[in-house]
Amino acid sequence: MPSRTAWQALAQHPLGFLASAWPWRALAYLLSGVVFGAIAMVTLLTMAAAGLVSLIVGVGAVLLLAVALSGIVVTRIERGRLRLVDPDPAPDPHRAPERPGPRGWLETRLREPATWRELSFTAVSMTALWWMDLLVLAFALALPVLLMTSPVDDPGAWPWLVIGLCLLPAAPYTITAWAGARAALTRLILAPRDGELGRELTEVRASRARLVDAFDAERRRIERDLHDGAQQRLVSINVMLGLAGLDAEPGSPVARQLALAQDEVTLAVNELRELSRGVHPKALTDHGLAAAVDNLTTRSALPVAVDIRLPYRLPATVESTGYFVVAEALANATKHSRAARAEVHARLDADVLTLSVRDDGVGGADPAAGTGLVGLADRVAAADGRLRISSPAGGPTLLRVELPCR
Amino acid sequence: MPLNIVLAEDSPLLRDGLVSVVTRFGHRVSAAVGDADALIAAAHEHDPDIVITDVRMPPGNADDGLRAAVALRGHRPDLPILVLSQYIEQSYATHLLDLGSESGIGYLLKDRVSAVTHFASAVEQVAAGATVMDPEVVRQLLRRRQDPLRRLTPREREVLSLMAEGRSNAEIARDLYVTEAAVNKHVSSILQKLDLRLDGHGHRRVLAVLTYLRA
Repeated sequence: MPSRTAWQALAQHPLGFLASAWPWRALAYLLSGVVFGAIAMVTLLTMAAAGLVSLIVGVGAVLLLAVALSGIVVTRIERGRLRLVDPDPAPDPHRAPERPGPRGWLETRLREPATWRELSFTAVSMTALWWMDLLVLAFALALPVLLMTSPVDDPGAWPWLVIGLCLLPAAPYTITAWAGARAALTRLILAPRDGELGRELTEVRASRARLVDAFDAERRRIERDLHDGAQQRLVSINVMLGLAGLDAEPGSPVARQLALAQDEVTLAVNELRELSRGVHPKALTDHGLAAAVDNLTTRSALPVAVDIRLPYRLPATVESTGYFVVAEALANATKHSRAARAEVHARLDADVLTLSVRDDGVGGADPAAGTGLVGLADRVAAADGRLRISSPAGGPTLLRVELPCR
Repeated sequence: MPLNIVLAEDSPLLRDGLVSVVTRFGHRVSAAVGDADALIAAAHEHDPDIVITDVRMPPGNADDGLRAAVALRGHRPDLPILVLSQYIEQSYATHLLDLGSESGIGYLLKDRVSAVTHFASAVEQVAAGATVMDPEVVRQLLRRRQDPLRRLTPREREVLSLMAEGRSNAEIARDLYVTEAAVNKHVSSILQKLDLRLDGHGHRRVLAVLTYLRA
């Protein structure tokens, strides 16, 4: 596998390394560093001095501003030079100007941390880095050459020739190692910070959260429609049937038919109620997570101890995610675990809801086997949370969810 | 004696149904409204014998009806309240029971209205000061407190469930086709097993049972 960076190249077999392009690339990197560093230093010092002198006539301000912004140009070239020893591109940390035109560009640049970080890199580069490039080159190349050339007029100093000859093969290593270190330092300082990359990352997360919110809103709407529409109508019909039953002759065929019809409608109403509760529990909207889980467990066939203590109502997404985690976990425990009892525990610690569901069943819950757990994990992930499960064969099963509430 | 009723239900269809049922049994509806604010206004205006209300209602489309009932009760602590709900939400029932025990409280599933005779009698019981809980809610409360209830025989559990619905011993005897003396024996056995004090009033008995069950 070819090396990706100068440092990786150092780890190769010596013959392979010496025959590769890496020592030459490192040399080019350091030489160009010296040349560019010297030019940049002279230019910037001149500009700064001229700026200070001419500050009284106003032109100086422009020059000093240019010096302040010089980091942008210097580091752009540094990023380009970096390709010599580190082919991975170093992304530009600057954002697009908020407004068009030179003025907008200037405002955005002056307000960005990246601009000032680049200026400080320029200062380090001018005062230290290119000098060190020069020192390393001198030590690695000039020293052996000097040692080898000096004995020419002094026959007694021939051992210097041997030492010089021995030092020469070490030079590619010295050069490449320093080039690698300098490249790593450059990348460290110039790479975009999390916050600068983070805008895009936040965008993605926000859209995922929006999707979950939309999904929840839709569930609430369906539940409301079922409740306000079909359920009410069926109940009304049932009331009419009940009233009609009062008018029918007791024991007559009509009375029997009406009673049958009432039974059927009652079944339909019950089914619809179960359905709408599965879609979105009303207590969750009205009273929050603790009440909704409480209601859930009273319907559970498994005895469940609930200990949920939260200081205030949590964001709707967190509440519904938490609720569906508990619902699914208890459903799994009831269906598969052969558990005798279960516990639900929830606390809010430093803006994170920690929710755990534990049962004393046979364990062996496998995320790969059922879609339920994977679906839960997806849901938790979309709310930016974390789901962990411990379910060794033989039990017990513990499901733990952490959901941020910001 | 005909009751003066104020009722609130946001579905016009069901509101009409409710009015038909109670008038059919000889009661008078002085106001039938569709939201919580109108319910409070109507209850102040008509001074009813009982308020019947839905839980979910405008303006908030949350538990506005229940909260209006709580507010009315704060204003007139002896006002009988019957809450109808589409849901067997135990938290609502518990909330309602917390209002106090000295006068009528009821919590029924809306479906019970269709059993018109039973519903009319529930309305009358609550208006008379009894506590009526939906059998479904009672069943859930019973399930929650399974452990102490294991000591009860199945028959005793049945009797307890009917007690919690506000039935008198005579009614329970009729429902279960046993003599009233048998019911008496069951009741005292239940109260003894559950460590409850015996007292003569039907609704206090229910409250004692429910308080115990949801503790």
